[in-house]
This record gives sequence, structure tokens and C-alpha cells, in this order.
Amino acid sequence: MKPRPVIRTLVWLRRLVQGTCLVLFLFLLYRTEFRGTFGAGANEPVRLPYPVEAFLQADPFVAVMTFLSTHTIYRGLAWSIAILALTLVFGRVFCGWICPFGTLHHVTAWIRPKSKGLQRVKANLTKGWQRLKYYLLVVFLAAAVTGSAIGGIFDPICVMVRAVGLTVMPAVNYVADRALGRIDASNVRTLQQAADGVHGALQEVLLPYRQYNFHEGWLIAVLFVAIVLMNRVIPRFWCRALCPLGALLGWLSRFALFGMEKDHSKCTDCNLCLVHCQGADSPQGGVKWRQDECHVCFNCEAACPEKVIEFRFFPSRKSQLDSAELDRRKVLATAAAGAALLPVTRVADSLDVNYHDRLIRPPGAVEERSFLERCIRCAECMKVCPTNALHPALFEGGIEALWTPILIPRIGYCEPSCVLCGQVCPTGAIQKIDERQKLGIGQPPIRLGTAFYDQGRCLPWAMDIPCIVCEEFCPTSPKAIWVEPVDRTNREGQRVHLQRPRVDPDLCIGCGACEKVCPVQDRPAVYVTTVGETRSKTNVILLENTSYTSAE
Amino acid sequence: MSEGISRREAIVRTAKAAGGLLAASAVGTLAFDRGGLDVERRTGKRVVRDFGVPREGNLDLVVARHGEPEALVRKAIEAMGGMRRFVSRGDKVVIKPNIGWDRIPLQAANTNPVVVATLVELCFDAGAARVTVTDASCNDPRRCFQRSGIWRAAHARGATVVLPVERAFRKMRLGGEVLDEWPVYTTLIEADKVINAPIAKHHNLAGYTAAMKNWYGCLGGRRNRLHQSIDVSVADLATFMRPTLTVVDAVRVLVRNGPQGGSLDDTRRMDTLIASVDQVAADALGCTLIGRTKDDLPYLRLAEGRGIGTTDLTRLRMREIEVA
Repeated sequence: MKPRPVIRTLVWLRRLVQGTCLVLFLFLLYRTEFRGTFGAGANEPVRLPYPVEAFLQADPFVAVMTFLSTHTIYRGLAWSIAILALTLVFGRVFCGWICPFGTLHHVTAWIRPKSKGLQRVKANLTKGWQRLKYYLLVVFLAAAVTGSAIGGIFDPICVMVRAVGLTVMPAVNYVADRALGRIDASNVRTLQQAADGVHGALQEVLLPYRQYNFHEGWLIAVLFVAIVLMNRVIPRFWCRALCPLGALLGWLSRFALFGMEKDHSKCTDCNLCLVHCQGADSPQGGVKWRQDECHVCFNCEAACPEKVIEFRFFPSRKSQLDSAELDRRKVLATAAAGAALLPVTRVADSLDVNYHDRLIRPPGAVEERSFLERCIRCAECMKVCPTNALHPALFEGGIEALWTPILIPRIGYCEPSCVLCGQVCPTGAIQKIDERQKLGIGQPPIRLGTAFYDQGRCLPWAMDIPCIVCEEFCPTSPKAIWVEPVDRTNREGQRVHLQRPRVDPDLCIGCGACEKVCPVQDRPAVYVTTVGETRSKTNVILLENTSYTSAE
Repeated sequence: MSEGISRREAIVRTAKAAGGLLAASAVGTLAFDRGGLDVERRTGKRVVRDFGVPREGNLDLVVARHGEPEALVRKAIEAMGGMRRFVSRGDKVVIKPNIGWDRIPLQAANTNPVVVATLVELCFDAGAARVTVTDASCNDPRRCFQRSGIWRAAHARGATVVLPVERAFRKMRLGGEVLDEWPVYTTLIEADKVINAPIAKHHNLAGYTAAMKNWYGCLGGRRNRLHQSIDVSVADLATFMRPTLTVVDAVRVLVRNGPQGGSLDDTRRMDTLIASVDQVAADALGCTLIGRTKDDLPYLRLAEGRGIGTTDLTRLRMREIEVA
């Protein structure tokens, strides 16, 4: 017997939606880069034309986690209510239809499947370890209650942005650069022109404007590849076992109006439904269906030759199980573990004592404790940063700050009039400041830290050689770097006129331009540390900036 | 008795083994690496890019004062003999403004967009087939090009505005005193005519910069080392790049905190424009705008000594015009 026409239509519709969402996600991620345009005038503020962070804003796990940590729903995160609503009506359709990471797993598990027949049926039976994701969810939500958004490490959209944006896309560019560079090096003019033409065209549709590099990005890449390859062993391993967003939506789906009804008496145990099952949610006859595991892909009904399975509104709940049957003690234990995460990490020496001097946060970042409540490590800010200044931290801020954004001035400095990182931040860890606030027009500017000279390495100081590239690049007016003129006699007995640079800590905004351009290649003679950053009331040098009037 | 292999198979196997050994020996011989620390040898011929046109019968330098930017450019070029003197029909022209900084026009760190746009139009009027506007910026080029206003203004007049990309830089032998082999921005030099369109400004290390220093924008690589010998490197660059025409924008001039400025207080409105076929003379005259003399700028003396141009303005056919 053929499946109902509506089911066949829905299966195709699902594939269409999945493809569209994946392409849309990749497009938005690709366009998380300021390209510039001839259409904009000089005085128009620089913003991205697309809502590139849309997928993150629609992510209920991000919304719930940051709500628990900050007790607010930040701006665009209100869109996640749409996904909640969808789940409350249809179940986990987000996982089966929308999630770009889910689609990636779907595809990698489906292309030339390693396991076939009975093996595949077995692989798609509901397993006890699928509960793991619920425990993970409990851990992360408990951690959020205590004030850490560390769960973002496991959010599927964050994983996608971080891994694809910071490693896959730059790697593709690297390969293209090298391949076309080889042709360029041929010194055959027509070949060079062809390569340049191809490169230019690719930059319009696929490649970024320049090569970006990311601090210890290999770790993100390795974990991503490992998770994706797991599909070859266990189909949709991530979705079934690890995804906290899936767990959240699974828990909510118990209230869904839509669901499956089974007529067990018709089932011939052919197991065709299981061959194509995505969520491992027991669609077969004789057992209860697990609504919380089901991705609503409709593959089972489409495959069923006996009309055992029927998806419908207000199904009878007789043949379904709507809870994951979690062990209450384990839930309490994991909640305790999650809640313990914060004190355990914070009694280490990363926040209250021995704060890392290079934990330079993006402009507009809120105070560190609030920052950790909000930052979901989605890497949008790092992807958008035009100068490649922002990077995923490794352990600079302790384990708790893994993959949160830090500014590494030697790789890229903070362009003073740029506020794009705040524009794309979905949780307000970096606030949406405007240019006037950042530059300090009619108000104090936003400072990221303060620059210091290593006079033993600085050319005019240590070697009597003129330089002051740092002064040239210092963007403040008046310049925070000022020069002291001196006349010296060098070793050869020649008179040299030198300008020796110094920093005015009152004017320095910590943008790092000086450090970026210092010609002392390996370890620059001028470098920025976090002290003096606007967002902190304690990380201060100057007495005049020290104030205990605000709550700290 | 054991079953032996056939003669045919024995021959084939022997031949395969011999072939493998031969291939390995060939690779070993051809790809043999003797080791040692050989430094890459400089091979290229010294390159000079001279885009100049004959000077006979026309003015060498014009200073236009007191007028709107567009009128300043039009009158100055007209006085120089019109753009047809510099650009011929079918020419591929490159205009090199200063688009170095993420600053808006009022901050006067980049060339005035109206000046650039007017030059673009004059080139097309003179019959140019293609006018390219580009620079290798100091700050992020995408921001510099957009916020300088040059992208929009030049594009509106039909110019091809090209963002600098890594692949456009190719190593060349400049053969200068301090600049020998450097990556050169090829988009700038692959042209029939090149117009240098800098903005006049204060620079703490060099004193005053405009025409000659603008050629920093044709280099890639580690430009931050050039400061260690800024005068010689500026002279080296001006030796390498000889433009068709130099047009110095002094509509608004940074008088301090150069070369970026950042505050309107750093700028002064001067409504002046210098057009010159001699880039050295353009700087010798331009530096007086911010109260320097040619003796304050060692790179002028160096350039003059190399015969690139003259700092002695009395030796030039020169005219000052009032536009307003």
C-alpha cells in the first residue's frame, strides 16, 4: 500500500525546507563579513545588510539559558518564541526540518550509509544513552542559573557558526588561495589573468575578502569533524545523544498537539520504518513511540507498507511515551554538578585573582561576570571582525571562558569606528553600541585596555633607530602615543635625531593598532593589556579612574 | 613438487621490480637536496615605471586657490593644458588617491572624494577607455574605501574602483637604496597613464607628506619597516614611480595629528589644489601650506639629487590662479 499523498508531499517539503535552511544559514554566515559598497556614502554608519545572527536569535536554548543567567530576554532572542510555538504544535520539527547542523548530520548519515538492512534497523532502535542530552541540558541550565552561559559550547547553531565560520570557510579560502596562487606564480600572463578572474568571481559568491586566521582553531575543527563523522557509526549521534537544544525541544514536545498514532495490530514487523528513522524514536509496532525523540521527518509513515503509522493532530496517547524516563536522582546529581561548575572554575585563578592581562574583550563587552552570563561562544563577533582581531579564547580566561572572544592585537587591531561585533552579538555580551559611544564623541570613549612599551625592544629606545610607526597608526586625536625628541650619538659616532614614543594612559583606548604595526616582528615592542578597560571598575591603573561609587 | 609460476609472469614481475627501482632512483637523483643555507638570489631586472608625457610648451605646475573642489580641479587641469595633454584616447588610466585611513572626508586623512571624482570625469572626457581608482590602504580597505566617500563618488562617474587583494601584489625589483625587492601593487602600475592624487598633510616623522609619500600605497609586505629610513624609502619609491600627473588635494589639510587626524580641530580649510608634472616640486610647494620649507624635508633633497624633479620652483613654468 502506498503512503498517503499528503505524507509524500510532506517528505519532499521537508527536504526542500532542510535544504533551504542550510543554504540560508550558510549564506548568512558567509555574509557575516563587511564587504563595503559603492552605494554607501561616507557618513553612513557601517552595518551589515542582513540579519546574519537570525538563526541564533531563533534558538530557544540560547534564550532559555541566557534568561536563566540574566533574567532578561535580549532583543532579537524573542524570535525564539516562534520555535517554541512551532514545537508546542508539531514537536521537534526544528530538529528535522530547520536545524542546519541537523541537516548536516542527516546528509552525512544518509550518503552511502555504512550500515544496511538489519544493522541499520538496530542502529535506529531507541537507546538508553539518548538520555545523555537531557542530563547535559540539566547541567547547562543549572550552570546558567548560577551565572554561566557555557552551554553555548554545545548549542548546535553555535557549533555550526564556530566550526564552519572559523575553520571551514577560512580553510576553503586557504586552499583556493594556494591553488590559484600556484597558477599566478606561473608567470604566463594569460594564465595569471584567468586565475585572477576566477579568484575575483569566487570572492563575490564563496570566498571571503581576505584570509582570516583563528587562534587554536584546529581544536574546533577536530571536534567538529569528529562529531560529523560519528554519523557513519551511529546515525545522527549528535542529535540523539548530545544536543541540548534537541533535549529542550524534546521536553517541550510532550505538549505538542501533533503526533503519531500506531495501529499495532497491522504491523508485520518489517522494520522499514526503522531503516529511515532519524531520531531513533521507536516508530515500529509493538512498542511505544517516543515523541520527545522524534524529528517529525515523516520517513516512517512514508516507508510503512501496512498503514500502521499515522501522523495527525490530537493523536491518541495510548501508544506513545512522552517522557524520557529520566532517573530523578541522576537529574538532581547533574543539576548539582552544573551548579558546581561555576564555583569550581571561579576559585581557580582566572577571574577574581590573577586575571589574564591578555583577556582583551571586544568593544562594548559588558563587565566580565555579566559577560560570562551572556556569551554563548557562537563566534559571530569573530567571524564579522573586519581586521581578524577577535579570536576564540583557549584557556586565557580559565576553562569557563573557553571559546569566548578575545582580541589578539598582533593579528588584528580594533578598528576605532567599527561596531559590527556588537551588531551581530545575539545575547548582548557585546552591547549594540554606536560609533559615537565607541569613539567617545561627547562622552568618554570605550577603552579595551592600555598600551605599554617594551623599551628594550623598541627601535628608538633600544637601538637609536627612527621608527614611530605606532604613533602614525595611533587613531585617537590627540594621539595617545606622543613622542619625545632626543638627539643621540650612535656607536659610529653619528648624530641621530630620534622621536621616542610614550603612551598617555589617559588617552589610550587599547585598540592595539600600535601593537599590530610594530616592526619588531616576533614579539612587538608595544603591546596592549587589559588594564584600564572601560567595562571594569577594578582593572584600573589610574587613581582618577578609581571609583567605588557604583555597585561592584 | 611445488607449482612454479609461468615464465611470462616471472618476466612481468621482474620488469615491474626493475621499473620500480628505476623510478625510485630517478626521483632520488632528480630531487636530490644537497642541503645548505642558500639565500634566494635576486634575479629580476630593476624596474622603473615612468608614465610621464612630454613637457614642451606647457606649464609644469599650477596652484589653484579659493574655490569649490570641483572647480579647483577643473581650472587647474585646464591651466595645465587640459586633460588631453595627459590622457590620450583609449588610454587605461589609474588614479591613485590616498585611501589609507578609515576616516570620513571632513577629517581630511584621505583625498577629497570630489577631487577624485572630477579627475575621473576629466579622464573620460579626454577619451580614456578605462579609469581605475585604487590604493593599498593602511586600515581595512573596505572601510577606508567606503568611508572616504571615494568609492561612491568615483563609481558614480564611471570609474572602476578596485579593492586591494593579496594576489595583486607581486615581487619586483625596485633597485632602490633601501628598497630592493618588494611586493608591488600591480593594479596601480598596469596602466598607460597614472595620476597621483594625494592629500597634503602633516606627518610626525616625515614632517609633511603628499605626492612622493603617496607611493607607499603601491607597496605590500612589511611596510612598517620603511619608517626606519623614511626619507630614503620615499625617494626610492618616487624613483620607481614617475606619474603622468600629480594632483595634490589641499582643500582641507591636516595640520597636526597626521597622517590620520581624527578630529575636525586637526584640519584647516585651505581650498587649494596643486597640479604638477613634477612630483618633487609639488611637495616642495605643498609643504609651505603647513609652515614647512623644503629644507625641512630631507626626502626632497634626495629626490632632487637623483634627478627626479626639482625643488627650485623658479626653474619651473608655474602659475597661480584664483578660482573664485
